[in-house]
Amino acid sequence: MSSKRKVLLSPIFENNPIALQILGVCSALAVTTQLSVTLVMCVALTTVVAFSNFFISLIRHHMPSSIRIIVQMTIIASLVIAVDQTLQAFAYEISKSLSVFVGLIITNCIVMGRAEAFAMKNPPAISFLDGIGNGLGYSVVLITVASLRELFGSGSLLGYEILPLIENGGWYQANGLMLLSPSAFFIIGFLIWGLRSVKKNQVEAKEYRMAPNSSGEESVA
Amino acid sequence: MSSRESTRKTLLVAFCLCVACSIVVSSTAVILKPYQDENRLLDRNKNILTAAGMFDADVDGNDVVAERFAEFTTRVIDLETGEWLDDAALQELEIDLSTYDQRAVINDPRYSEPVPADEDTANIKRRVNYPLVYVREENGTIDTIVLPVNGYGLWGIMYGFLALEGDANTVRGLAFYELKETPGLGAEVRNPRWMALWPGKRVYNDNGEVGLRVVKGPGSGDFQVDGLSGATLTTRGVDNLIQYWLGDTGYGPALDQLQELN
Amino acid sequence: MEQLLSIFITAIFIENMALQLFLGMCTFLAVSKKVETAVGLGIAVVVVQAITVPVNNIIFNQLLREDALSWAGMEGVSLEFLGFLCYIGVIAAMVQILEMFLDKFVPALYNALGVFLPLITVNCAILGATLFMVERDYSFAESVAFGVGSGVGWGLAIVALAGIREKLKYSDVPEGLRGLGITFITAGLMSLGFMSLGGISL
Repeated sequence: MSSKRKVLLSPIFENNPIALQILGVCSALAVTTQLSVTLVMCVALTTVVAFSNFFISLIRHHMPSSIRIIVQMTIIASLVIAVDQTLQAFAYEISKSLSVFVGLIITNCIVMGRAEAFAMKNPPAISFLDGIGNGLGYSVVLITVASLRELFGSGSLLGYEILPLIENGGWYQANGLMLLSPSAFFIIGFLIWGLRSVKKNQVEAKEYRMAPNSSGEESVA
Repeated sequence: MSSRESTRKTLLVAFCLCVACSIVVSSTAVILKPYQDENRLLDRNKNILTAAGMFDADVDGNDVVAERFAEFTTRVIDLETGEWLDDAALQELEIDLSTYDQRAVINDPRYSEPVPADEDTANIKRRVNYPLVYVREENGTIDTIVLPVNGYGLWGIMYGFLALEGDANTVRGLAFYELKETPGLGAEVRNPRWMALWPGKRVYNDNGEVGLRVVKGPGSGDFQVDGLSGATLTTRGVDNLIQYWLGDTGYGPALDQLQELN
Repeated sequence: MEQLLSIFITAIFIENMALQLFLGMCTFLAVSKKVETAVGLGIAVVVVQAITVPVNNIIFNQLLREDALSWAGMEGVSLEFLGFLCYIGVIAAMVQILEMFLDKFVPALYNALGVFLPLITVNCAILGATLFMVERDYSFAESVAFGVGSGVGWGLAIVALAGIREKLKYSDVPEGLRGLGITFITAGLMSLGFMSLGGISL
């Protein structure tokens, strides 16, 4: 039981796919101007990771290694098509604002990465959980970024006004930078900083160490 | 398990996978197609109604769209002559109103042409010669006419609908439905407060020229609309779009005929 | 011609794949520690983009699009929903063929680019370029210009980032920000710089 819980929960903070493994960052940056759009993207991605893990794990013993990658790709692409079609049918406006990013779930490194690293070695049920766990890990980062961007960029959350804007007679001057693409980089950068200040073991080793200052006498000699 | 890497097994797995995936993919596509088509139509109609000031997303739900849109008739204009196309002309051009999509035929030389560089103030490169316009009549006279417009803003082409009153001279509304402008700055053209500046503005001045301008700073009078602060290029884009589509290069000839009618 | 040039320049600078559209981020951040490898990867991306975007354009226009199959007597058939599967298949196959071709005929180039080619299959910039091509309905010639342009833009961005990171390793960055964190912030500043190119009309 505890191993299942670990599979489900560890990707959220301990081993976050975005913050630690740098996987699936593309969409994390591009679809986070509005929280509602982000939520849909998270659900779509989690569904795809979970089911692709499940199906790939189901047929892992029958997969010839020569066509392994293309088989995984096919399964993932089929799932993404199903998700994309469903979104177009039931959430048309959001699917319009996600534009090509739903399709890009196919090449989202989280999906391929988990299929290769976990689903190929583990039975279906636990792979499914691993998929959900990683999807949640991704969602946590995305939702945080999107909340910050929407709150400070347009003073609202999910379209409801939280900080009344000056233009609407309130006091908050919207920070336009938050809605622009660079701010997503900054926010994720600072999130990683925060996470690593708490969890010191994730800090990267220094690549270059400055030599200690030579003392005056030595340099004269 | 030893046969896992054999050619036969490889082909078998590939085949089964293809069959399974194709069934899943095509069945979702086929089952969901009607919903998607419905959504697409609903979305377009909603945009048209928004331009005409007959739909407010905060108040109205999707259920009123079909009913209100039914008040409009869809017509096709020949931009060269400014004439409405009648059924015979439509048949000759092979335009079927239920399937004709003017955004889809933008590269089809039968329906569209490149805009000469010196005329292309809106920077759209190509235009459709037979745009769909939506007309609402009341007691036999034209009450609202909704025209599709597009023009280059800061990052890309903006698409929208411009609604005029039956006199073909008074603006009823301007609504963009697709654009890539900067969020928070240029994309504010979709802000209801900015859109509310348009209704009531006049298009043609006494000399019959397009007098309607989007200006920097507070706009005054019947002919000026206040531009968006911090979005000079988007503002200029909207201005260019108005000049192009309402001038002789765009719907001008058609609107002239409509005015004479009155 | 003028329009092709405009698409090309726009794809490099104004709608830069990496810095404006955030595509291909995984490799962008992971393989940008050294200028040398970044140049290799950049060239590989340009080559793959230049091949896959036009090929996918042909597939889309001749097979998938509505009424494209009318030559086979199938009017009104739209296979657009098969798009993702076809594009990713083409990309995977092209990368594989390119790899084998280079291995056989240009071993020197293979040694330089070989390691990056498998990485490219799952690079979202490649699939992204194809999807944008479809969404914007480019003609064949335009798709060539867009493919090459978006590849060059991505390559330029990663080489520039690698250049910065090579110097950055000598600086004293706060502990938690070291490595990935500061790279994100650097990329953000670069993206801010690229934004000033917006609105250039050609």
